[in-house]
Amino acid sequence: MSVDTATVAKIASLARLKVSEAELEAMVPELNGILAWVEQLGEVDVTGVEPMTAVIPNTLRLREDVINADPLTGGDRRDAVLANAPAAQHGFFGVPKVIE
Amino acid sequence: MTNITDLGVAAIRDGVAAGQFSAVEVAEAFNANVAAAQSALNAFIVATPEKAIEAAKAVDAARSAGQALGPMAGVPIGMKDLFATEGVQTTAASRMLECFVPHYESTVSRKLWEAGAGMLGKLNLDQFAMGSSNESSYFGNVISPWQRRGSNAQLTPGGSSGGSSAAIAARLAPAATGTDTGGSIRQPAAYTGTVGIKPTYGRCSRWGVVAYASSLDQAGSMARDVTDCSIMLEAMAGFDPKDSTSLDLAVPAWTASLSGDLKGKKVGIPREYRVDGMPAEVDAIWEQGIAWAKDAGAEVVEVSLPHTKYALAAYYIIAPAEASSNLARYDGVRYGLRDLPDGAGLQDMYAATRAAGFGDEVKRRILIGTYVLSAGFYDAYYTQAQKVRTLISQDFAKAFEQVDVLLTPTAPSAAFALGENVDDPLSMYLNDVFTVPASLAGLPAMSVPAGLDAQGLPLGLQIIGRPLDEQGVLNAGLAIEARAGFTAKPEKWW
Repeated sequence: MSVDTATVAKIASLARLKVSEAELEAMVPELNGILAWVEQLGEVDVTGVEPMTAVIPNTLRLREDVINADPLTGGDRRDAVLANAPAAQHGFFGVPKVIE
Repeated sequence: MTNITDLGVAAIRDGVAAGQFSAVEVAEAFNANVAAAQSALNAFIVATPEKAIEAAKAVDAARSAGQALGPMAGVPIGMKDLFATEGVQTTAASRMLECFVPHYESTVSRKLWEAGAGMLGKLNLDQFAMGSSNESSYFGNVISPWQRRGSNAQLTPGGSSGGSSAAIAARLAPAATGTDTGGSIRQPAAYTGTVGIKPTYGRCSRWGVVAYASSLDQAGSMARDVTDCSIMLEAMAGFDPKDSTSLDLAVPAWTASLSGDLKGKKVGIPREYRVDGMPAEVDAIWEQGIAWAKDAGAEVVEVSLPHTKYALAAYYIIAPAEASSNLARYDGVRYGLRDLPDGAGLQDMYAATRAAGFGDEVKRRILIGTYVLSAGFYDAYYTQAQKVRTLISQDFAKAFEQVDVLLTPTAPSAAFALGENVDDPLSMYLNDVFTVPASLAGLPAMSVPAGLDAQGLPLGLQIIGRPLDEQGVLNAGLAIEARAGFTAKPEKWW
């Protein structure tokens, strides 16, 4: 499988990456080089093989159902959460208008 | 008297405890080396001499008060700038996070400070840990302190933990944290004549570590000898309820149990790691390593890992797929860069922010990842890669029915010159050919320096162990280290 300019433009849009025409042109051969190389995986017989989901057997835990069980990741941290926001306003994340 | 900055973790800790020198003297000595080397090596993104002094003063005060000292007490270290550090910028070497100052501390760094270590600064790396040469940092390349004999060409310190490896080799820090997704601790260690270990996936908490590929990312320690790596890893590892993949297991006393005696152990040599075009010197150092293992009492056995040749291709599907998902969080809303062109809506802001914030290699991996996860291609690429990953993991499991550890070269060559591979992503990816398989299987693995090539550059040997058998890996590392007698250090030119 290989990609053309239109496909790369579509992927970039899905990935929310703005790319110029010139960048698109440069990316097409690069991505095709990488995709052609990973094609070799198609040679491997994977009949009856399950896809890997966890490298080391482990079970997912549930934490105690307690409010603020860990204060660091619990609530009441608004100012710390907003401290690195590029445009925090009135205690919220600011974004450009999305509804007319 | 010995130069303090030539000492390692154990020697510094013990010297401070014995009163041979104060922790503040140690911090001052390393702070001075960091400052003097910054313009030439660019190993640090930001130096934090005041943090190193502050931690050192606390250790000196605790000692004066007769209190018990931690296992890293008085040891100043470098912190890869992928670990969130409270109040100190954490950039992942990306413009995206240039102004990000966390309000929390990563679990691994917190454990190190609690063990008495201090922070010399945040170390440079490949942007979002994506790279093998440290040429993708927004803050400039790290320059290796090593040079080829008779040449002043600038060489790579390896990547992505290239700031860590350069700093340790240049005596700017006795030890540093690294993270390893496909070889990012082991390959830089091999290129700089230093030691680095990546533990079993789940040993070290990923909480507060900027994510690249979550099923592979694992923190580890880097230093100048095996014992120092062991001491530091013991301080870093341990169960953390805040990381859902953290293993709920006690940390073994690796350092106390260190032994370079390999009697009764079997060391496996995977025949598929003899790749075409490998330099004769790399092959020779591998043969030397085999002889050292035998000398240490081990029985050497050839084993087969038949799916090795597919590991890199599987990795370069799985890692970008996870990266494209993980890096979706950089949207210009909650933290990091925002680029809001005039009149732009929300979607335009996302796209402009991500275009401005991410470097080329990061964009390349996000695009690949988005493509292999997209409707219609998911099964052909991503599911297929995950199945191949299962086969690779099974290869290792079968080999470990026969042997205790595996011995291989760490990288297919010595360090290359900066710029040499930068225009060809594929040839750059091939640097990880020997390190990626163990990452895909979540296994503990380390690199120890074994010798120099004809140009005077370090070559490393890799030891891969069974899941949770860091002890076996460290012990084999110790056996190699004792026989290699690697004492070379880069001649100071910076």
